[in-house]
Amino acid sequence: MKKLDRAARTNLLTYGFVILAFVILQLLSRSPSFSPTLRGQLVPICAYVVMALSLNLTVGILGELSLGHAGFMSVGAFSGAVAAAALQNAIPSPGLRLALALVIGAILAGVVGALISVPVLRLNGDYLAIVTLAFGQIIKSLIENFYVGVDSAGLHFSFLKPSISLGEGGRMILNGPMGIPNVAKISTFTAGFLLIMVTLFIIFNLVRSRAGRAIMALRDNRIAAESVGINVTKYKMMAFVTSAALAGAAGALFALGQNTIVAVKFDFNTSILILVFVVLGGLGNMWGSIIAAAALTILPEALRQLRDYRMLIYAVVLIVVMLTTNSPQLKALLGRLLPHNEEKEAS
Amino acid sequence: MVTFLTQLIDGIRLGSVYAIIALGYTMVYGIAKMLNFAHGDVIMVGAYICFFAISSYHLPPLIGILLAMLLCTVLGIVIERLAYKPLRQATSLAVLITAIGVSYFLQNGAQLLWGANNKMFPSIIGGDALTLFDGQLHVSMATIVTIVACLVIMAVLTWFTGNTKMGKAMRAVSEDKGAAQLMGINVDTTISVTFAIGSALAAVAGVLYMCSYPILVPTTGSMPGIKAFTAAVFGGIGSIPGAFLGGILLGVIEIFAGTYISTQLANAIVFAVLIVVLLVKPTGLLGKQVREKV
Repeated sequence: MKKLDRAARTNLLTYGFVILAFVILQLLSRSPSFSPTLRGQLVPICAYVVMALSLNLTVGILGELSLGHAGFMSVGAFSGAVAAAALQNAIPSPGLRLALALVIGAILAGVVGALISVPVLRLNGDYLAIVTLAFGQIIKSLIENFYVGVDSAGLHFSFLKPSISLGEGGRMILNGPMGIPNVAKISTFTAGFLLIMVTLFIIFNLVRSRAGRAIMALRDNRIAAESVGINVTKYKMMAFVTSAALAGAAGALFALGQNTIVAVKFDFNTSILILVFVVLGGLGNMWGSIIAAAALTILPEALRQLRDYRMLIYAVVLIVVMLTTNSPQLKALLGRLLPHNEEKEAS
Repeated sequence: MVTFLTQLIDGIRLGSVYAIIALGYTMVYGIAKMLNFAHGDVIMVGAYICFFAISSYHLPPLIGILLAMLLCTVLGIVIERLAYKPLRQATSLAVLITAIGVSYFLQNGAQLLWGANNKMFPSIIGGDALTLFDGQLHVSMATIVTIVACLVIMAVLTWFTGNTKMGKAMRAVSEDKGAAQLMGINVDTTISVTFAIGSALAAVAGVLYMCSYPILVPTTGSMPGIKAFTAAVFGGIGSIPGAFLGGILLGVIEIFAGTYISTQLANAIVFAVLIVVLLVKPTGLLGKQVREKV
């Protein structure tokens, strides 16, 4: 066998792991004893995995903190769901409609990402983070005041006022703060799996390309990268827009697996939740993001019998994990308890 | 004209609350270089303590506020010691996630202890409203107390950081932690005192916020927390006069946008103004320009 370098091996292992997890879950979900709550969680898990992967591109590879990633998810969710609802009669096949909705969600979120990246990428560090937070809030407020209806003449839009007069057979799709009340659920676990694979393919290829190396050089030392002739704006924008478009596709997948979607769902807390996946999984580590996103989506469900205490336990787990993995004293203590651990860290 | 003045005074009142919260944010950021997302939830804890002191134990409001300040101070120090101190050397992102964990913990702890249902905060600042312009303009006692409290806190903090030994230590630590330690400043104590002051301010802000928006739930603190964080960045994070200015401006813009443009879009406009300001002045209104070194 041809010798692969370490990164290529990790990438292949990640693909293999995702395929294996999909096959096992697919087989398990055939059996009647498969937990219905977990069955309902399969599509959201896929969406959150893609969200975590795409945010990891911004935070881990590009090295800029984004606190408004749910905003792109929201753009993708609403545009995808509106597109799917509008095309209900035109395209009868749910699979094709879903694919089209994902593409539309990705494109619109990418466009919004490109618009936002112009001001955002001029800033650095915590100021950049707060501007992404602000954009997340603005997107939420705008979508909450957006009304879309459809009739035989096509789509009708209205902003701030729910006054759309529709022709014969017309219906409202998006109702401002009420969101989209009856989404046709066309997202499937298989579609989610395919989206994860496509996302991994895009990110791995981007990271291993010339552009990816330029992006990582910017992360490691912007001034040095600039001085060897790397175009800062171009590469930052490339990473940021790719990340936004992938988040848009994830949003469309998520929305089309829900009964109703409202803009409040994609608020600051969702952005933070996804950031938690990325940081716990490890910055720049795609495989870690997948595990963290899946585990932390299931964890609150698995703790359901603990009822009121589950979110408290979630918070404690989060703090303890951060402390044990980042505190030098605790690390040293663990190293003494488990001597072989130290060796691995040293290598 | 009278409407305009009423709105302006309302805006300054709301802005004063934001400014008090933002002062806590900015001091902690200046010294520990961390975004303390749990700050908003300390506001909520302070409001609950004051609520129970007044309505369950029938203590006078002033005692309730002092009790809230005292307990929040202790809470702030405990959080700093347990959750943030072990991460002094860690990356800022790790500290940020820990702060989010603390925020979840406080919210869910409050929900378990005190229930998720709404509590109506009693109006604690009575007294006659001030009447101006032949009875056309009313300024309530609560408004006056809020604005005066903010000005007093601002003045005391400026004096404290400028003239006391601890205040000077704070400025030294925020400028260069290592050098401050070499000069014999106890960095840990200084950081703890900063958290203590920030948390006490959060308690005051919590009670004052409740006087304007009296519905108390475990997530009460998160929105004013985010807004005050925005205000701190708006004025230039790390700068005390900046937090004050940012808070007041944010409050006035929010109220004006709600009245004159659109209630639904008030929040969006506030954040849009923030973005425009950061584009023109990338380190906020009064922030220091940090020269990048190779």
